[in-house]
Amino acid sequence: MRGSMGIIKAVQLVHEYIRRDEEGNVESISTALDHVSLDVEPGEFIAILGHNGSGKSTLAKHINALLMPGEGTLWVDGRDTSEEENIFPVRQTAGMVFQNPDNQIIASVVEEDVGFGPENIGVPTDEIWQRVEESLKAVGMLKYRHHSPNKLSGGQKQRVAIAGVVAMQPKCIVLDEPTAMLDPNGRADVIRTAHELNRKKGVTIILITHYMEEVVDADRVFVMDQGKIVMQGTPREIFSQVGKLKEYRLDVPQVTILADLLRQSGVNVPVGVLRREELVDAILKAAQIA
Amino acid sequence: MLRDITLGQYYPADSVIHRLDPRVKLFCTMIYIISLFCFRGVAALGAATVFLIAVIRLSHVPFRFMIKGLRAILILMLITGLFNLFLTPGEPIVTFWVFKITAEGIANAAIMVIRLTYLILGTSIMTLTTTPNQLTDGLEKSLMPLSRIGVPVHVVAMMMSIALRFIPILIEETDKIMKAQMARGADFESGNLFKKVKNMIPLLVPLFVSAFRRADDLAMAMEARCYHGGEGRTKMKPLRYEGRDRLAYLLILLYFALILLCRKFLRWPQ
Amino acid sequence: MERTGTDEMSIILDKVNYIYSADTAYQIQALKDVSLELKDGQFIGIIGHTGSGKSTLIQHLNGLMKATSGAIYFHGQDIYDEDFDLRELRNRVGLVFQYPEHQLFETTIFDDVCFGPKNQGLSKEEAGLRAFEALRSVGMPEELYYQSPFDLSGGQKRRVAIAGVLAMKPEVLILDEPTAGLDPAGRDEILDLIARMHKERGMTVVLVSHSMEDVAKYVERIIVMNQGQVMFDDAPREVFRHYKELEAVGLAAPQVTYLMHELREHGLLVDTDATTVEEARASLLEALTGLDAQHRDIHV
Repeated sequence: MRGSMGIIKAVQLVHEYIRRDEEGNVESISTALDHVSLDVEPGEFIAILGHNGSGKSTLAKHINALLMPGEGTLWVDGRDTSEEENIFPVRQTAGMVFQNPDNQIIASVVEEDVGFGPENIGVPTDEIWQRVEESLKAVGMLKYRHHSPNKLSGGQKQRVAIAGVVAMQPKCIVLDEPTAMLDPNGRADVIRTAHELNRKKGVTIILITHYMEEVVDADRVFVMDQGKIVMQGTPREIFSQVGKLKEYRLDVPQVTILADLLRQSGVNVPVGVLRREELVDAILKAAQIA
Repeated sequence: MLRDITLGQYYPADSVIHRLDPRVKLFCTMIYIISLFCFRGVAALGAATVFLIAVIRLSHVPFRFMIKGLRAILILMLITGLFNLFLTPGEPIVTFWVFKITAEGIANAAIMVIRLTYLILGTSIMTLTTTPNQLTDGLEKSLMPLSRIGVPVHVVAMMMSIALRFIPILIEETDKIMKAQMARGADFESGNLFKKVKNMIPLLVPLFVSAFRRADDLAMAMEARCYHGGEGRTKMKPLRYEGRDRLAYLLILLYFALILLCRKFLRWPQ
Repeated sequence: MERTGTDEMSIILDKVNYIYSADTAYQIQALKDVSLELKDGQFIGIIGHTGSGKSTLIQHLNGLMKATSGAIYFHGQDIYDEDFDLRELRNRVGLVFQYPEHQLFETTIFDDVCFGPKNQGLSKEEAGLRAFEALRSVGMPEELYYQSPFDLSGGQKRRVAIAGVLAMKPEVLILDEPTAGLDPAGRDEILDLIARMHKERGMTVVLVSHSMEDVAKYVERIIVMNQGQVMFDDAPREVFRHYKELEAVGLAAPQVTYLMHELREHGLLVDTDATTVEEARASLLEALTGLDAQHRDIHV
């Protein structure tokens, strides 16, 4: 079975949050994942976009076996997440970074926090040190190893959290809105770190976000709305549908909107402009012709 | 910056003292405190002083960090000193109104102040050179035998280290919520006790909500990193005694023997 | 500095300094000689990255923090005067903290919004009236008024928290990163709401943010803070002219600012002051259609 499918494969995944009153009677049911299917190849950089409440965080928790499918199946590296004995292997294969940097750092010293995961999975001491050093180096936080997390900036804390996951040597890392609480500098650092891990270590990345400018360099983008995957494709394919993106309450970058507006006004610019340089080139070209 | 007030007030440096096993440091601190309360005579005082200075020098912690702890108990020291100064019976040297100062009083006051100072400095060295986590590790390992009789030592130690990490965050949060409610006109100062308690509700409810939310998040983050209790866990910084730890044990015992010997044979001046 | 007695409706900061943990190893000067005048009715954006002193600055404006040195005048009165009523100042200068939903505590949304007005000494009825008004102005559906605030979504909670400050009817409304952690739709809702408050009630609004693009659309004046000092203080387009300096301190001008400057460098006569998509579009279309004439001028 293993090897015949992608590192993450979901088939008709359903998750419902059931609210019960004090007597245990069902008060309301909300469907957070509504028959979601997706297949991620090892080494891919995937972005999942969606507004708050679109179901993207629920999907993330499934990939880490923190939630179990209500219906459908999810395989992580060939392992069915609904089977009890797969829980720890799955969590080790697909590491997870959460939104709030403060609430996921356990230790009072950076290096000890990075060592927490390896400790849990029984890595021998010497190897833990090795892994901690490598992971902190990979996220560019090695010189802060003896610091207290409380004195780091949000972006730095988030990179420590990533190092903590990297130290468990996962094949895949799920980042659940890792930049939502950061300032622009911190955001850029975190996204750059994710790309580096993907490029240099071949780690599959699943980046969940609502900032569109963060997905420009992804291999594939999924857009979620009301628990469903409503769009998927390369960033360019996705960015070319400005109207649809706005419908899904997403924030299209200024250059993409501008390019779209110019095209509507008859200026010859390509569809789905992602970067500023592209638009500059396109406009200059249009100017030459004119 | 409230986050700077950490309970452990760890001072990062690379010194022999920093590298000592926390169990050694716990044990030595305990012995040192006991020695402070049983020494007699100038020779013993000298030994305690030399020992303290030597350890401070070895620790590479700047002295100004040490005396920070002293500031907090300045008042306590003053009161103890004054009590001893005025209330020790004996031959009066100076008398005014109902007060009299005796030679014994001066000696007692001086000794008390010295004891308290050394006590604070001694424990500060431990907290300044040991991370809170090492400290809980030390306690965990020292108390591990208790787990055989059903005491959840690992769980308690884990709780302690998490508390140590989150207390500064919650202190900061308290400050933030307090300010936010003050911006909405809340008053945390005036009124009688009952009113004051009632006035704390706008502070306490959000604080609890936040603490629970954090606990929830943290539990999930720990689970995601494969935490499943103490079973099968390895340690990044396992406690293993090394040559320097054995040497430290030897030194503290020698020191303690010296104090006891002084107590028996070198009590001058009484 | 004899300012007392003037009728000027404004907040004036005169050489305000603030030092955290003074006389310790962690001493940080969070504000350095900050002098500003926040005029009545203005819509001001304060921009700076984390640690630039912007949050410290706004907490001085309603007296929650006391300057280490320097003076602050509210409508000409020195707020550090002994007989100056700081609680009254807090009634008139409303401050919405970052993640304000974390301060909700009452059992119902309505009661929570009443908290501020009640503290102002208003009767139950008056406070209720204020709460109604505030909740309506933030667009909270009426059927939710008596529900627990803890059951709301993130964006709704935040609107309730903002209503809690609006119900106090402040003359000045200060918001610290009011859109942090919200998704784009939630962010736009909050920013539109704030803009409406400014327009309809004539409130002075101070919006603290690290997003230039958000702020550019709304405010008439931008104060850029860096390392505790005021780096720029001007109209948005003037401030964005310094986009290279802004970038050097970790702040970015809106994407279109860069675009327009780059086009200009390549010889296309576009308006480099454009900061919003609409402005950029207009200028670009003009430049491209009127190009024939310009084109010759440039490339001769």
